[in-house]
Amino acid sequence: MLSFPRPLGAALLALVAPLASAQERPIAWLGAHLIPVSAPEIPDGAIVFHRGRIAALGARGAIAIPADAEVRELGGRVVMPGLVCTHSHIGGAAGADESSPIQPDVRVADAIDVRSSGFPKARAGGLTLVNVMPGSGHLLSGQTIYLKLRRGRTLEELLVRDENGRAMGGIKMANGTNSRGNPPFPGTRAKSAALVREEFVRAQDYRAKLDAAAAGNGDAPARDLRLEALVEVLRGQRVVHHHTHRHDDILTVLRLAEEFGFRVVLHHVSDGALAAREIAAAKAPCSLIVIDSPGGKQEALGMRLDTGAVLEQHGVLVAFHTDDGITDSRWFLRAAALGARGGMSRAGALKSATLAGAEMLDLGARTGSLEVGKDADFCVLSGDPLSVYSRVLETWVEGQKVFDLADPEDRLYAVGGPGASQGETYVSCCEGVTR
Amino acid sequence: MSCIVRWHSLLAHAMRSAALLALLALPVGAQELFVRARTLHTMAGPIIADGVVHVRDGVIAKVGHRSQIAIPSGARVLDAAEVTPGLIDAHSVVGLAGWLNVPHDQDQVERSAPMQPELRAIDAFHSREPLVGWVRSLGVTTLHTGHAPLALISGQTMIVKTRGRTAEEDSLRELAMIAGCLGDDARGEGGKGPGTRAKRVALLRQELLGAQAYLAAREKDPSKPRELKKEALALLLRRERPLLLTAHRANDILNALRLAQEFSLEIVLDGASEIAQVLPQVRAAGCGVILHPTMMRHRGETESASLETAALLHREGIRFALQSGYESYVPKTRVVLWEAAMAAAYGLPREAALAAITSDAARLLRIEARVGSLEVGKDADLALFDGDPFETTSHVIGVVIDGELVSEVVR
Repeated sequence: MLSFPRPLGAALLALVAPLASAQERPIAWLGAHLIPVSAPEIPDGAIVFHRGRIAALGARGAIAIPADAEVRELGGRVVMPGLVCTHSHIGGAAGADESSPIQPDVRVADAIDVRSSGFPKARAGGLTLVNVMPGSGHLLSGQTIYLKLRRGRTLEELLVRDENGRAMGGIKMANGTNSRGNPPFPGTRAKSAALVREEFVRAQDYRAKLDAAAAGNGDAPARDLRLEALVEVLRGQRVVHHHTHRHDDILTVLRLAEEFGFRVVLHHVSDGALAAREIAAAKAPCSLIVIDSPGGKQEALGMRLDTGAVLEQHGVLVAFHTDDGITDSRWFLRAAALGARGGMSRAGALKSATLAGAEMLDLGARTGSLEVGKDADFCVLSGDPLSVYSRVLETWVEGQKVFDLADPEDRLYAVGGPGASQGETYVSCCEGVTR
Repeated sequence: MSCIVRWHSLLAHAMRSAALLALLALPVGAQELFVRARTLHTMAGPIIADGVVHVRDGVIAKVGHRSQIAIPSGARVLDAAEVTPGLIDAHSVVGLAGWLNVPHDQDQVERSAPMQPELRAIDAFHSREPLVGWVRSLGVTTLHTGHAPLALISGQTMIVKTRGRTAEEDSLRELAMIAGCLGDDARGEGGKGPGTRAKRVALLRQELLGAQAYLAAREKDPSKPRELKKEALALLLRRERPLLLTAHRANDILNALRLAQEFSLEIVLDGASEIAQVLPQVRAAGCGVILHPTMMRHRGETESASLETAALLHREGIRFALQSGYESYVPKTRVVLWEAAMAAAYGLPREAALAAITSDAARLLRIEARVGSLEVGKDADLALFDGDPFETTSHVIGVVIDGELVSEVVR
């Protein structure tokens, strides 16, 4: 996909290959209330993980505990998959600049401060996997990056690599009002779509030349970073994460996705209930934001609490996201609970904060549920995940504890106080932007 | 403090007796309603299991266990798992700020001058604003709303019910407080206002001195022309209205207290992210606190905010209420029920969290004779829930204002 080459030095290699080096001794948790998400809940469960992966899980007594395991009694605490946020702006991430409305060459990964307090706060919320995105003030604001929230000090330590060793991420697009402005930005919805189509047509030509060259017909075209990224989109190697609110904007996204054959996840989807049939027919997954009141901008007037429920009933894959700083990662589970308040099933609400998001990031086979062989990504809760009174006690990524409420430093990020949000800046797509 | 509380409860008692007397002379065709709750939070005594509120002509006629209140057959009855007093949002801008977030529905701040205490909330409150309906559907029956903390003195605030009639009809108090801000949001741009903290305080002091001189001059010569700005500030100087001062940083809070002392003002602290660092000073000043929304964004001057501050204030016996605050983008308003829920999740005892959006909020706003608890003679404002009001998965299933069912939407 994209060129974040694996570092060659052995020391660096160790840093990016935590699965191989970490957690030499198996860990067994007994007496946990397990919520696998992909299977029924297990009230008095046991789970074993080793070398960063889940080795076994089941009812207590039903699975073998390795003799050398570090055994811990959980006393009924809830263990569920680490939470997955499909849409976040932590780390002060900013992508494209004001020079043009479409900038596929820009990588948000080149702009993330992994030491900012947004990261420990996200871990405190139980998050283990996030899609960090540039904003929505552009038709296409750049490449997104998927990060595991390992306790790393560099971005490289947090990257998620595919089977070819390449850092995974999508591309961020937007329509509606955020991405409009004075030229070269589009002034209308139709112009927005025209600009996007023009760019994709160019990418189709570029792909044709690449394919021809690969087949031995002519020279490969000169490298073009903008078109390269779009070719990845056309080839389905890079998912489009598309900000869209109004029902007609949603349909525009589906129309473009069909025309150019790109894979899309719809984001925010305020009017999703009004376009549920079309979304279901297009098999487009939806990642929803839940905010506490409708409005704030005209395209979000239709925000309602039952959007998740309506989409679920139509068979659409539904996730929630924080859009952090719009909502805070520390209370991400509240979004799922509001989904349940709006009528989603309990199973659907829990999936919407975990496995559904992982699937939208093409990582459903690796994380998002408690299954043997999957990454040991967990959050440990004091009570039911949909209860406001439950607290995230611990967060684990690939068998390593990355947050512990009992640790005073971690606790500061969990509840706030002096130093907890120092230097935090708020990067929104377009708050206060007047082009 | 405690003697004030006692005095208030005596007053409430006297009012109750008067109300009881009034009920003896019932008009024909009285509008009656009975609200039954498995758990009844009166906020004026212990929780009543299987409680009933008897409403007559918009006020509460009786509150008690179901064995104490006979419900005539054919009477209008509402049932709920839990019932609380109608919720009070102790500080909002809803109704001045609208959901569209375009200039024509944003009346919460006027930026032509840094200090405009003469701007009345009632001249700007839009009672049919959809955001008013939204918070009403989530149990909020009373709003303390008005000019936003976006200028040194942005204007006045009012207290209004969320029924959605005219501002006059729904108003509990047309001029509640005068709103000021010592934090970053009062920073003027392009030389139009104060650029530094010290300049903010200097401007405020000069303005208050001017109002003092105005008062003295008018006393000497009542024929002197009226000045609306100085009249408004005179309300503060005569302690007829409090100054609602938004201050997040500890040093801004201390600036507020210093100002209050110099001019002998009554102030209500608003926001107060860093109050934990100056608790002794706030306690000594004895001022009330309208604490920031629990889920407010923590950044800039609110970077030290803690989710546990409400619990701390409760433990320390500081008088406080919770608010939805001001939002510039999305959500365009927070919902005070959910802000209290989050405070409860972070250590504030549940009944104290409920008090922060009902009885304690009413006392802080001085409307406790009318609203904030379910007691005989008070306005029949109630919020009905199908479960624990604070649980994210519970629903508001009905809202009653002045005895009228104003919302039936399950939300």
